[in-house]
Amino acid sequence: MLYREAGQFKTSYAADQQIFPIRQDRIAIGLILAVAALVVPFVASEYWIKAILIPFLIFSLAALGLNILTGYAGQLSLGSAAFMAVGAFAAYNFMGRIEGMPVLLAFIGGGLSAAAVGILFGLPSLRIKGFYLAVATLAAQFFIVWALTKFGWFSMDSSSGVITAQDIVILGFRFDTPVSVYLLVLTIVVVMALLAKNMVRSSVGRAWMAVRDMDVAAEVIGIRIMHTKLLAFAISSFYCGVAGALYAYAYLGTVEPEGFNLDLSFKILFMIIIGGVGSIMGSFLGSAFIVLLPILLDVLIQDFLTGLLPPSISSNLQLMVFGGLIIFFLIVEPHGLARLWQIGKEKLRLWPFPH
Amino acid sequence: MQFFFEVLIGGLLSGVMYSFVALGFVLIYKASGVFNFAQGAMVFFAALTFVGIQEMGAPFWLALILAFGAMVLLGMATERIVLRPLVNQPHITLFMATIGLTFFVEGLAQGIWGSTVRGLDLGIQDEPIEWLMDKAGILVSSFDLFAAGVAAALVTLLALFFQYTRVGRALRAVADDHQAALSIGIPLQNIWRIVWAVAGFVALVAGLLWGARNGVQFALTFTALKALPVLILGGFTSVPGAIVGGLIIGSTEKLAEVYLGGYVGGGIDSWFPYVMALAFLLVRPEGLFGEKHIDRV
Amino acid sequence: MSEQNHNGRRVGEVVLDLQNISLRFGGVKALTDISFNVKEHEIRAIIGPNGAGKSSMLNVINGVYHPQEGRIVFRGEERKKMEPHMAATQGIARTFQNIALFKGMSVLDNIMTGRITKMKCGFLEQALYLGRAQKEELAHREKVEEVIDFLEIQHIRKTPVGRLPYGLQKRVELGRALAAEPSLLLLDEPMAGMNVEEKQDMCRFILDVNDQFGTTIVLIEHDMGVVMDISDRVVVLDYGKKIGDGTPDDVRNNQEVISAYLGVAH
Repeated sequence: MLYREAGQFKTSYAADQQIFPIRQDRIAIGLILAVAALVVPFVASEYWIKAILIPFLIFSLAALGLNILTGYAGQLSLGSAAFMAVGAFAAYNFMGRIEGMPVLLAFIGGGLSAAAVGILFGLPSLRIKGFYLAVATLAAQFFIVWALTKFGWFSMDSSSGVITAQDIVILGFRFDTPVSVYLLVLTIVVVMALLAKNMVRSSVGRAWMAVRDMDVAAEVIGIRIMHTKLLAFAISSFYCGVAGALYAYAYLGTVEPEGFNLDLSFKILFMIIIGGVGSIMGSFLGSAFIVLLPILLDVLIQDFLTGLLPPSISSNLQLMVFGGLIIFFLIVEPHGLARLWQIGKEKLRLWPFPH
Repeated sequence: MQFFFEVLIGGLLSGVMYSFVALGFVLIYKASGVFNFAQGAMVFFAALTFVGIQEMGAPFWLALILAFGAMVLLGMATERIVLRPLVNQPHITLFMATIGLTFFVEGLAQGIWGSTVRGLDLGIQDEPIEWLMDKAGILVSSFDLFAAGVAAALVTLLALFFQYTRVGRALRAVADDHQAALSIGIPLQNIWRIVWAVAGFVALVAGLLWGARNGVQFALTFTALKALPVLILGGFTSVPGAIVGGLIIGSTEKLAEVYLGGYVGGGIDSWFPYVMALAFLLVRPEGLFGEKHIDRV
Repeated sequence: MSEQNHNGRRVGEVVLDLQNISLRFGGVKALTDISFNVKEHEIRAIIGPNGAGKSSMLNVINGVYHPQEGRIVFRGEERKKMEPHMAATQGIARTFQNIALFKGMSVLDNIMTGRITKMKCGFLEQALYLGRAQKEELAHREKVEEVIDFLEIQHIRKTPVGRLPYGLQKRVELGRALAAEPSLLLLDEPMAGMNVEEKQDMCRFILDVNDQFGTTIVLIEHDMGVVMDISDRVVVLDYGKKIGDGTPDDVRNNQEVISAYLGVAH
């Protein structure tokens, strides 16, 4: 009863081209946003906001970035954390070196810097594909972290590259409570997700997917491969860069280059595999999953298995569960949670008469 | 000049270590087209298992046999549980699955044997060879030389195996064309199992040598990643390529660190191999010994 | 000119002129000294045994391969080295022998990609999806719906192409090419692997495209019945060389062509 699209007829292509063509979906997403903006700040504990919701949103943004590159444009990257690092350090420099720099502009500057570096490291993608490219992105991962550590200029000469984010002040308002920071991050992430959704449903997105699915045919129908791939690298890195800036400014406060290591890159890759490769919503689902899973495992081990397992097992169990889940999802549902969600909805449309 | 040669030889010998890991990659890639990112984790698993068994009081040979058994089991389980359900999936899916496998195997190894750093003693001394010191004034460790010897022996063994055994022939057929190999009655899955077992053996040898050199610790898995640029240089399908690539990467990395690293603050060996592989890719995407691939429309 | 094709349409001037084309891959000669032309509004068939170089010929025309020798004149302009996407902007569209659709996308999105050369908005406008970008998207959607109507595939608009049967995929691929409103359409075995009914449908679409839109068509086909029925002129290739050129009747009676197809005792 709740989920019926019967009677909702599209009378124009505009109606059919909406982001959520089914009315119930529009209502649901509106409700989620309303709850996130209006209810969560009043009911969630500080721990939830600071340790779960804010990182969840930031990782969603990074996963969104990687998903644009890997999920939509089909270029596998193992260096997303490095592009986050570029964003974080660039934002820090914009803030520290330019007097009166608005913090939002600094975030955008961080994103743009990451985009520039992304284009540079995306150049090899014009000649190589698949795991060759994956290895090439490892070069970006290691080189960028090394450069940020070695050259004091990037961290304005702080010891071993550690940076401490300046306060976030927008139009005189100081974002110093967890709730205010959360609302800021929420706004940025929602706006950027909307922009991403618009891109992937327009001709840019179709060009990405065409290159992903069959690049020779894409070129024959008039898509400029080079332009399309580099644009994917740039936009993906922009998203990662802004996520990195938020990671430093809104989540950790103090970060070092080594904090953006290969493990973080893998974590983001896992988010899109589990959440759904080539799905905007999947980026959010995957991020939620990866943020919540370790907490869940810890609770499980503490509450039910105390004494049964040595304490060191927890982190190793996490590794095994992550690895196992990746394999499980790739085998059982390569399109991740987003696809499961979709199947669930299709089932619901027909319920209770499945035939 | 002496110093240059010392660095060069040291680099070449450490390159042998990368070659060991790369060799495992090549075997699996040749036979099944899977880019096994988990090879490094397998090296770690092998070394840790060997040390763990030894610590329980087993003698060297027993530990070796048991560790080899564990590697065979791991390889077969991987084939059965991970790869078989993913047959005919895009290469990149398989690649991501092996990234998952990497995490799983690392967690499993440390979950069973603990996360502490262990020493591993093969009974070979890691000292400069006096004779070379006296004659040429170059420092070369006897251990490194031993490792090089093992590498040569292993490659010879593998070459003989591929060339002269029935399984080896079948393997080459499979590497050439899965469909054709299947159609003439080569049991594909048996072949894959054997390949994973052999790759497990190579991982064990690599793990023992590395462990003896640097201790058995988690950092091993990062060093093992250097096998990736080695592969790009040597080509994914070439056994000699893995060896030559390893030597090139090992030596240039050390030379670059010594002669260039000083100007930029050092530590460039963390990324130099990757950037070099990247530069190489742009010139010759198929690697030194790889086969050129032509897309047809 | 007073030539008329089977539709009664006047066949016009030469639009594509290929002169002495030779193409080699390393030491292998794929095409040797091939010349022929294509006239406005005609349906031009390329036939020949397997490996004769037919697909290579199409790849030369739309810039996927670059011949080592020869001249290509398209609409009065000699073409220098050209990339495939530039061919698309000049109005050359094609389909492939092995279907080359974008498997992860819906039928609608696949055909929409066909209009990519006509889309003017930048990615920033598209990200905002306001005003011009939205208007553009909707205008192109309407054009695409025309193609969908024309090919009678309304019922599968939102289906991912990977799930469609072979015959329909071929039709969608034709749709993607048509969406570009090409002036020259290259079809690589559009009817391969189809049953009789599907072939009849496809023939009808090809003739309708030629008739309604005036599109010039170059097609490769193995079904001789089809070739003889719908094409105005036929060029015959064998081992990368041209062995025949002319109307279906000329070609049918050409001794060299007959021996290439039936084999002769040398």
